[in-house]
Amino acid sequence: MIAVLQALGVPGFAAAQPPVERSQRVAGVLAWGAALLLLAFLALPLVAILGKAVTNQQGGFVGIDQFVEIAGGAHFWHAVANSMAVSVTSAIIVLPLAYVFATALTRTCMPLKPLFRGLALIPLLAPSLLPGIALVYLFGNQGVLKGWFPDGGIYGFWGIVIAEVFYTFPHALMILITALSVADARLYEAASALGAGPVRRLFTVTLPAARYGLISAALVVFTLVIVDFGAPKVIGGQYNVLAVEAYKQVIGQQNFPKGAVIGLLLLLPAVFSFIVDAVLQKRQRALLTARAQPLVPQPQRWVDGLSMLACSAISAGLLLIIGTAIAAAFIKLWPYNLAPTLAHFDFDNMDGGGWLAFRNSLKLAGITALAGTVLVFTGAYLAEKTQAAPLARQLIRLFAMLPMAVPGLVLGLGYIFFFNDPHNPLHVVYGTLAILVLCSVAHFYTTAHLTAVTALKQLDGEFEAVAASLKVPFWTTAWRVTLPVCLPAVLEVARYFFVSAMTTVSAVIFLYTPDTVLASVAVLNMDDAGDTAAAAGMAALIVGTSALVCLLFGLLSWLLQRRTQAWRRR
Amino acid sequence: MKADFPVSTTTATELLRVDGIAKRFGEFSALSGIDLTVRKGEFLCLLGPSGCGKTTLLRIIAGLEVPTAGSLQLNQRDVTRLPPSERDYGIVFQSYALFPNLNVADNIAYGLKGRREDKLRRVNELLDLIGLAGIDAKFPAQLSGGQQQRVALARALATSPGLLLLDEPLSALDARVREHLRREIKALQQKLGVTTIMVTHDQEEALTMADRIVVMNHGVIEQVGTPEEIYAQPASRFVADFVGQSNWIDATFSAEAGVQVNQLGIALQTLPALAVGQRELSLFIRPEDIELHAHWEGGAMGEANTALGDIEKIELLGGFYRLGINVPLWGNLRLNVDVSRSTYQRMRLSPERRVPLTLPADKLRAFSKADAAFGAKALA
Repeated sequence: MIAVLQALGVPGFAAAQPPVERSQRVAGVLAWGAALLLLAFLALPLVAILGKAVTNQQGGFVGIDQFVEIAGGAHFWHAVANSMAVSVTSAIIVLPLAYVFATALTRTCMPLKPLFRGLALIPLLAPSLLPGIALVYLFGNQGVLKGWFPDGGIYGFWGIVIAEVFYTFPHALMILITALSVADARLYEAASALGAGPVRRLFTVTLPAARYGLISAALVVFTLVIVDFGAPKVIGGQYNVLAVEAYKQVIGQQNFPKGAVIGLLLLLPAVFSFIVDAVLQKRQRALLTARAQPLVPQPQRWVDGLSMLACSAISAGLLLIIGTAIAAAFIKLWPYNLAPTLAHFDFDNMDGGGWLAFRNSLKLAGITALAGTVLVFTGAYLAEKTQAAPLARQLIRLFAMLPMAVPGLVLGLGYIFFFNDPHNPLHVVYGTLAILVLCSVAHFYTTAHLTAVTALKQLDGEFEAVAASLKVPFWTTAWRVTLPVCLPAVLEVARYFFVSAMTTVSAVIFLYTPDTVLASVAVLNMDDAGDTAAAAGMAALIVGTSALVCLLFGLLSWLLQRRTQAWRRR
Repeated sequence: MKADFPVSTTTATELLRVDGIAKRFGEFSALSGIDLTVRKGEFLCLLGPSGCGKTTLLRIIAGLEVPTAGSLQLNQRDVTRLPPSERDYGIVFQSYALFPNLNVADNIAYGLKGRREDKLRRVNELLDLIGLAGIDAKFPAQLSGGQQQRVALARALATSPGLLLLDEPLSALDARVREHLRREIKALQQKLGVTTIMVTHDQEEALTMADRIVVMNHGVIEQVGTPEEIYAQPASRFVADFVGQSNWIDATFSAEAGVQVNQLGIALQTLPALAVGQRELSLFIRPEDIELHAHWEGGAMGEANTALGDIEKIELLGGFYRLGINVPLWGNLRLNVDVSRSTYQRMRLSPERRVPLTLPADKLRAFSKADAAFGAKALA
């Protein structure tokens, strides 16, 4: 807030800005351009959802009446209770699994660490619908293991929980790996020297250092689950949750105001965990000192063996789910006729969009990766490395953090309300592939922005000052130095945008048209229509494409490292 | 008085004029009332402890910070509000800020314009100048710290700027390289005659390299002078303490008795003019200025600033010995005295020896005890 006041030059808050270079005026114009883009495609749609929530279906202002009406229904509270139940249960199950896995990866000498790490991240390549489909094949009415959940018991609470555990595991794992890899070896040495045994060391050194990571991981899992409607839609059966309720209101009953109200309610846990996380992040930083000695794990046969056993078990679970979905795609009639077939990939003869959906998805992911990377890096560069237009740069920083707190479902709803309005001059993008690209870029903006900012911050802050003293305009330095040095991060951001756009359903589900139908949406629609095998086929196709793209980017990154070895060496 | 012609205080030899520069960060005042002129071709050091405002002043001169008040004139041109590129200087940062993905030649040529051959010639010229010919194809990460430092210097000098700014350029290097580079930078500066302002917290660096030193503390200038002036005639308690080693002796002053230590008269060559009315004084003398005598040379104890002292501690500090001597006559005063190794051996000094010593009247300086700043003004 103060920063905005300063940027506006409000008397009393005005911070003296260094004199601005002529070349920086270009930066000012660009910064305003980026800020306005983010305003139009991120902030305003969110305002629109708020506006929709306080107007009725005829467009009249009704204030909080709809909130009151919805809160009055027992149906609503039932959905809230169900949503809470699956979210909390998923978090309780994911956390210990991810903690064990992260500990094994960071604190032991277990063999095959890169392999396990790769396996654990596989769920990121798949839409959240995939585990649901796999569970149907495993434990459903025709499932091979249906005895484990008799009488269709998988359709409901446990089905959702298992699917969500699969879907959220890598997210929790990545946070915990980060938290556990910042150990200070000196603390462990001091504790051992003072006679603390392994248990005491766990409770006095390890857990206190990792507690912010644990809380953060728990919040992320909780939020991901409560706003996800992919898994409950496929495997939830009659078990009603909030996210599906919002989806049904908008898609099924065209009741936009009611959808908006539920969307806003879903925003609450997301915003709450975002704020808690932001506060914790600040504290976490204080724990680390520059003089910390990295902890180098020592081989311990028993610990390493048990870790490997645990990681193998968890990886096997993940592989079972993804493998089932892929296998089902290639099997004639599960489980009666196990002959291999490609018939399920004959998408054009099924409902859901056919091969067009897959082509659209490729197009969307490609354009999102390109446009998103350009926008994110330009915005991050302007915000971090230039001086012109302080207000615009402040707005970029502010807007960039927004998507983190906004579930895709809510963003998608905001997009309909904002762009569907015929009075909106931006209405022209409605129903095109462009709006899907814009929505995807906005949806995944924060993570990409943070990656870019981290990379930019690693550069010497004096580069720009040196260039200015040498009378070289900023864009020359950006092109000749900043961009080449940040290239690995650029590739990472592009990869992230591509895979995310390929797998997402939540935001785009509200925005596609028959011409712009997407692969992930097709999975949902084919599953809805009863073509579960085809849905599995499309899901497998998405996983395969994502994996291939990840490999390609990995290869590119490796080649780049090799070419730039001379100057990257430290 | 009436001036018949416009009085110009600027002279042809003046390159930079800093007029009443102040900088506030919220409530905190980083700089206040800084007045300074920098002459063409001189090597000026801004010296002070961390947080004294020396780097802020350099960044203001560079146009990277804007002052809250005051003005800057470079070549008789007001540059206070001009961006860095419209000033005329080269800068070397503590981190060197060499572009990691460009090789040495490209780094040095970064600010050069014109034809390729001209650039190449200039780069080779500079590489010769810094004594690193032949490393043009290497990347910064392949160079040693000292080499990186010199490349950064070459890059800053490439466009032949009128002013060279150095922000703690040697502090990231180890002691031996630092000493070597000190001489080299100084020689280079003299050869090119480029006006240079260097920020440093290392007094030795300032004393060996600078033509003039600006000692700063808490955002104000404590003293401006040649290294000799700064060392031998510190204008304030702070300067005396910050630069070199010092002994502080509690003393009193009265009109009748003059300056007294433990109620014995002490002679000072320069009596503080404003010390009248000041009851409490601090006398200052450098450890190497105290004279030791082999024998008592007659006269009463305490006369001619001479007394007997007991050697209590001996430390060998490389080229010289530092003795801790207790003088009972002046109220068990503890003095640090530096003697060369040869003097130490000739006088056969050893622990628990009693030795006559003199505080030369011309080396003693008096400061007000209560207020260091007042003392500085009084004695200036």
